[in-house]
Amino acid sequence: MTEESTTPAIVLEKVSKRFGRKVVLDELDLTVAKGESLVVLGKSGTGKSVLLKHLIGLLEPDSGKVLIDGEDLWSLSEEERGKRRRKFGMSFQEGALFDSMTVGENIAFPLQRHTKMSKDEVAARVAECLDLVKLPGAESKKTSELSGGMRRRVGFARAIALTPQILLFDEPTTGLDPITTDVITKLILAMRDKLNPTAVTITHDLKVAFTIADRVALLRDGRIVMDLPPKEFEAVDDPHVKAFVAGDSSFEDPEETTLR
Amino acid sequence: MKRFLEALGGFVLTLLETSGRFFILTGQTIRGFLKPPYEIGLWAKQFVRVGIDSVPVVLTTALFTGGVLALQTYKGFERFHAEGYVGSVVALSMLRELAPVLTGLMVAGRAGSAMAAELGSMRVTEQIDALVSLATDPVKYLFVPRVVAATLVLPMLVILADAVGMMGGYLVAVNLLGANPVQYEINSFQYLAMEDFTSGFIKAGVFGALIALIGCQQGFDTRGGAEGVGRATTSAVVMGSLAVLVADFFLTKVLF
Ligand SMILES: Nc1ncnc2c1ncn2[C@@H]1O[C@H](COP(=O)(O)OP(=O)(O)O)[C@@H](O)[C@H]1O
Ligand SMILES: [Mg+2]
Repeated sequence: MTEESTTPAIVLEKVSKRFGRKVVLDELDLTVAKGESLVVLGKSGTGKSVLLKHLIGLLEPDSGKVLIDGEDLWSLSEEERGKRRRKFGMSFQEGALFDSMTVGENIAFPLQRHTKMSKDEVAARVAECLDLVKLPGAESKKTSELSGGMRRRVGFARAIALTPQILLFDEPTTGLDPITTDVITKLILAMRDKLNPTAVTITHDLKVAFTIADRVALLRDGRIVMDLPPKEFEAVDDPHVKAFVAGDSSFEDPEETTLR
Repeated sequence: MKRFLEALGGFVLTLLETSGRFFILTGQTIRGFLKPPYEIGLWAKQFVRVGIDSVPVVLTTALFTGGVLALQTYKGFERFHAEGYVGSVVALSMLRELAPVLTGLMVAGRAGSAMAAELGSMRVTEQIDALVSLATDPVKYLFVPRVVAATLVLPMLVILADAVGMMGGYLVAVNLLGANPVQYEINSFQYLAMEDFTSGFIKAGVFGALIALIGCQQGFDTRGGAEGVGRATTSAVVMGSLAVLVADFFLTKVLF
């Protein structure tokens, strides 16, 4: 039991990834303890999404290891890897909702595929998840009717349907207005209280970062160049960090960050 | 000349790369198909979609092809007083060749492209990543139902096309060209063997599998936003149609 609780939830060991000639991750090391909330900052196009996709095994590193609860993801068979993915809930940049389904069907999807719940139990769990993201009664809405903020929230609801131990958020507030950003931030805090998961969040928004983080990391040139608690991060005397903190991510065109 | 060679080289490279991906994904599709659970509900949904997508265009094609076949052969056969055989020619060509191939081409244009567009837009909006993140094998979930559906639907469409094509021939011969209806009908079936029908039927199944696999693969491997989806859709149609024509030749030669 003690050993179990001291094994970090996520360990990346010298993970490298390149696309063509472009090196995106360069021998990156990272550890996230169980129950910890890590926020990763970085300019657009530095590979934050690529990093997040390595954690859940959506991308395979060219070299290096990804350990989840001490298990090397890529030494497992594809089927076993699939099972490990149930530990995760991932929220994508634009929600990535299945547009052939309603909101309710989106959230029911993982429940129907991975549990033996009855129809009523699924419906109850869907309603519960929608309550948690403050969208009660939205089951029968089409995904095309939703605003950007609502899409993210439905994405959250789908990600937490199976009560995962690890939550991954890819730019949950990018492109949203300040009020909606605040709503989403509070939601993330509420989900942390309720599920007590390990969480990795990518964001451009320093206010969001400092609100939800236990630790803040800065990704630059394929590596984590700074990794500190929020208070120390804010005060740190490093030109890159200062540039990022003072350089005001709010001046960046939020749309630009949504391009891949 | 240099540009032509460059283009040719590029084409060959792309072809090799694509066929590599094609075989890998075909293997995964077969594995996904064999491994339980068998998601019959998903298969049925695609079956209806591929079928309904394609029925109108397949029927129209068959009707007019049967008709024009009757017109042309009538004109030709009249010259050596063999008008009586028009029915046989129409029936044989439809069953053995034209119904399966034209149905294949139409389904490649209609359903193959729709598959590429759908999977392509799922790829660029990260819905395929979302599937994987929800511990779902995207090949089993997306490819298998479409390939199974197309493999089963195409032979059925071909039966329809056979019937409608022969009817088209009959209408033209009897109503426009004044052939004797009773004789035309007798003549249509007189020289038909069972294998004329089964060969077209089996071909159609192979075409269906190829069209769906190509459409799904093109969509699945889409890169680069909305433009990429457009490219995937186009090449699903082009490659699907080519695959039908090439496979038709070899199937005809080897099997029947
Ligand atoms: N599947 C892919 N194929 C090729 N290049 C990719 C792929 N995914 C990401 N990239 C490239 O990797 C770099 C980092 O992308 P990304 O992680 O999306 O950046 P961000 O930090 O804005 O999330 C970009 O230059 C992008 O073009
Ligand atoms: Mg990103």
